Amino acid sequence: MSSLADKIQDVFNEPGCSTNTGKAAKERKKGCSKPLQPGGAAGGCAFDGAKIALQPVTDVAHLVHGPIACEGSSWDNRGVKSSGSKLYRTSFTTDMSENDVVFGGEKRLFKSIREIIEKYDPPAVFVYQTCVPAMMGDDIAAVCKVASEKFGKPCIPIIAPGFVGPKNLGNKLAGEAMLDYVIGTQEPDFTTPYDINIIGEYNVAGELWQVKPLLDELGIRILSCLSGDARYHEIARSHRARAAMMVCSTAMINVARKMEERYGIPYFEGSFYGITDTSDSLRQIAKLLIARGADAELMDRVEAVIAREEARAWEALKAFTPRLTGKKVLLITGGVKSWSVVAALQEAGLSIVGSSVKKSTKEDKERLKEMSPDVHQIDDLRPREMYKMLKEAKADIMLSGGRSQFVALKAKMPWLDINQERHYAYAGYVGIIEMVRQIDKALSNPVWEQVRKAPPWDEVSWEDRADAANAADEAALAADPARAEAERRATIVCKCKEISVGTIEDAIRSHDLTVIAQVTQLTQAGGGCGSCKETIAAMLAREAKAAADAPSAQVA
Amino acid sequence: MTKITTSTKSCTVNALKMSQPLGGALAFMGVRNCMPLLHGSQGCTSFGLVLFVRHFRESIPLQTTAMSEVATVLGGYDNVEQAIVNIVGRTKPDMIGICSTGVTEIKGDDVDSFIKTIRSKHPELAHVALVNVATPDFKDAFEDGWAKATTRLVEALVLRPASGTSRRQGRLNVLPGSHLTPGDLDELRDIIEAFGLQPTFLPDISGSLDGHVPDDFTPTTHGGVSVSQIAAMGTAIHTIAIGEQMRPAAEAMEARTGIPFTLFRRLTGLAPNDEFIACLSKISGKPVPAKYRRQRSQLIDAMLDGHFYFGGKQVAIGAEPDMLLNIGGWLADMGCRITTAVTTTTSPVLDQMPCDEVLIGDLEDLETGAEGCDLLVSHSHGRQAAERLAVPFLRIGLPIFDRLGAAHQVSVGYRGTRDLIFTVGNLFIADLHEPDVGTWRQPVTPTDSVSATPATH
Ligand code: SF4
Repeated sequence: MSSLADKIQDVFNEPGCSTNTGKAAKERKKGCSKPLQPGGAAGGCAFDGAKIALQPVTDVAHLVHGPIACEGSSWDNRGVKSSGSKLYRTSFTTDMSENDVVFGGEKRLFKSIREIIEKYDPPAVFVYQTCVPAMMGDDIAAVCKVASEKFGKPCIPIIAPGFVGPKNLGNKLAGEAMLDYVIGTQEPDFTTPYDINIIGEYNVAGELWQVKPLLDELGIRILSCLSGDARYHEIARSHRARAAMMVCSTAMINVARKMEERYGIPYFEGSFYGITDTSDSLRQIAKLLIARGADAELMDRVEAVIAREEARAWEALKAFTPRLTGKKVLLITGGVKSWSVVAALQEAGLSIVGSSVKKSTKEDKERLKEMSPDVHQIDDLRPREMYKMLKEAKADIMLSGGRSQFVALKAKMPWLDINQERHYAYAGYVGIIEMVRQIDKALSNPVWEQVRKAPPWDEVSWEDRADAANAADEAALAADPARAEAERRATIVCKCKEISVGTIEDAIRSHDLTVIAQVTQLTQAGGGCGSCKETIAAMLAREAKAAADAPSAQVA
Repeated sequence: MTKITTSTKSCTVNALKMSQPLGGALAFMGVRNCMPLLHGSQGCTSFGLVLFVRHFRESIPLQTTAMSEVATVLGGYDNVEQAIVNIVGRTKPDMIGICSTGVTEIKGDDVDSFIKTIRSKHPELAHVALVNVATPDFKDAFEDGWAKATTRLVEALVLRPASGTSRRQGRLNVLPGSHLTPGDLDELRDIIEAFGLQPTFLPDISGSLDGHVPDDFTPTTHGGVSVSQIAAMGTAIHTIAIGEQMRPAAEAMEARTGIPFTLFRRLTGLAPNDEFIACLSKISGKPVPAKYRRQRSQLIDAMLDGHFYFGGKQVAIGAEPDMLLNIGGWLADMGCRITTAVTTTTSPVLDQMPCDEVLIGDLEDLETGAEGCDLLVSHSHGRQAAERLAVPFLRIGLPIFDRLGAAHQVSVGYRGTRDLIFTVGNLFIADLHEPDVGTWRQPVTPTDSVSATPATH
């Protein structure tokens, strides 16, 4: 287990992560994952994250070592696509019994690997560790080693048992397994100066294929994608790429950075969501390739393709403008979200709730982030409050991932899925048009009018009752300023450490704090995931202003 | 006598089974204003959520004690306490239903004594019922978890009637197995009420997971049977249990309250429903309502019309024991041959199956055995096998994530059986193969070719 602890520490120390570089060494050690809240909403475990990151590898057997809980309720539930082998959709688990729990599960694991190799003959077996065998001390790395030797097939241990942390840690640990056991173990038949790796793209709903035709046209070869529509041997040979693009910025940064370190493959962080981001990413790829020896004329061809595709895309979006102008989108963080998606939605005539920003400066992006509530906030909302938010935002449609969909739908609010299990592909130039088409389809559906209409007899709808209850709450607060103030002060700012407005305000006032780091030091607020730092900054600014406005009080 | 074998494979390929804690959690979802809580690491809960959300297409109440690696080693008291305090603070439930998982069972967390300590430490939680059930996921299967949770609900919440209190006429307890859908429960309620009886279902997922637009959203379950209704079950005149899995719960009810029970292993098909209706008539002392006499004759008509398509068909079924017996028994009644039956766990009903062998195994076993069959029956995960075998596929049970309306599939009662005949019959009809010129041509053997050669001139 100690080596796993080292691995986790190593992953937390990730210098490639921009949030991390801003942290002090001690803070960094704690990692970026939120401590878990018993009785709070549950996210996926590290094993889940590892599986998400690697399951898209299509031709290997993914074997889950554990009782039925881990694999039994989760297999075949992600919409990642394959252009070849379908083996990744077959589920393998050791389904540990009580007997294995008493005597250890290593034997069953070994036999399972043998059965899989005999029956399915995959190029490799990925073995995933889970909580129960990890607790019992099953050494899956040792079993994999013996099995690899005995059967002459790579058996790769993916050690990310659920209880070590959340999904994103699992993503990274899966990446580590690829670095340790797979990448660089085979040589490609040939290489070209136009070979790239794409890291952190899973080909959900076929999104990789929305971009691949453009790369094909440009003569850029995807030597390996980690892990969308990937074959084992592609990953094993990926160390010969000339450049890499890292798609989902938090997922596997460790892989991108270590491949740069070990094999000299430069990378950039990019996105294929939205028109301008797609164009930027294509340019970046070309730039890195040219710097590593590709012909400089590549950039001209890239620019030509970009010009053609952008013109097409903007033209296609315009077709929606008359229908969508004035419609408001409530965008909930998580899943597909990038500035350029927002820009494209705006181009189609949609506006983002609470946002009037048009230019894509960094500050604007920050402001947008601030304005769109994040998933956790939504999950925590009581449905009545959620309804109030939807109503006050006067949004016409909500875009989100996760479970908020049912609240939106029950509130009879059009909703578009932008999470991992979505059925439509939204990448590249074609993808953003698809997204707008889906929004249009959702908005123009005639069911909304029908379901919102009250039945032709006396009936108090739940909306009426929610309105009444909300109004009563507000009236009660207005009538009782002391309670209103108490509630305001009790509002939690830092969700990770559960620090309230009041605690932070008191700290700022009594110690004359001016920077976020001081607040964190004194109250712990901002010491978790860091997402509340903007709020803390706003509070500091407000307090500073209040202090400046009332100098006499200071003197007194 | 049906032979029962257990797969000798080490590796489960394409699991049929789902875990026990999830079955327990689903049972708790049938209690009004209840928050089910899995005592284990967060991932198990997250997977369970996704699974139920995809099946019911509803937001699902399910919480976790979020055991970290360190907590699993030190023991989970703090996590259980914190989780309960947080849940009560946030969602104000009437009950919290706690299912243990593999990690906490291995460590040996004694949730019973945790609850005792919490009770004495937190008198302010006295109004919240806390019911816990041991459901290690390395043992047993989904229906076992459901059954155990229901038994625990009976033991923990049903009040013993004080001696001398009379039973309340017309009150009937119903303990439905995990193989029934919210739609099934609604159908049963209608039937029972037609006899002037007032049923209390435990668990009752018909009000909580039946996909209606609720009057108010609550983060806990809405609908379902309330804690006080469960308490009052002790005064009913009779208990009906549906599915062998519910026997322990029915026995617990009887032991606690003296209420006799009748157990129906199946409620799909003509004969089982005749027994059921006769039983209701006897309990209520009322004649069978005209409506159900009429439905019975409609079912008979459907059986006559349908039997042409069912007779001699070979069917492969993968399902949990009670579901397997219910659907398999009915298909056999219709003239089908059950050529392959795969299940998840042991049960006394398995040797009642009208087939030679029942295998405790996985969907790979089912697929192997289903070669050449006319119909494959399982939950949605069987879809890949059905595709590869190119045979018609009937989705039953949980999860059904690639079709709409899983919660509303009805297969109980005369009407439910009649509609099922139409659904399955239509699958067979759609799969009828048109003959062509070569259909009856025999392979040519040397002797045939001699005799078949026309005489030469
Ligand atoms: S938390 Fe552990 S036991 Fe639960 S699903 Fe994840 S790996 Fe499996």
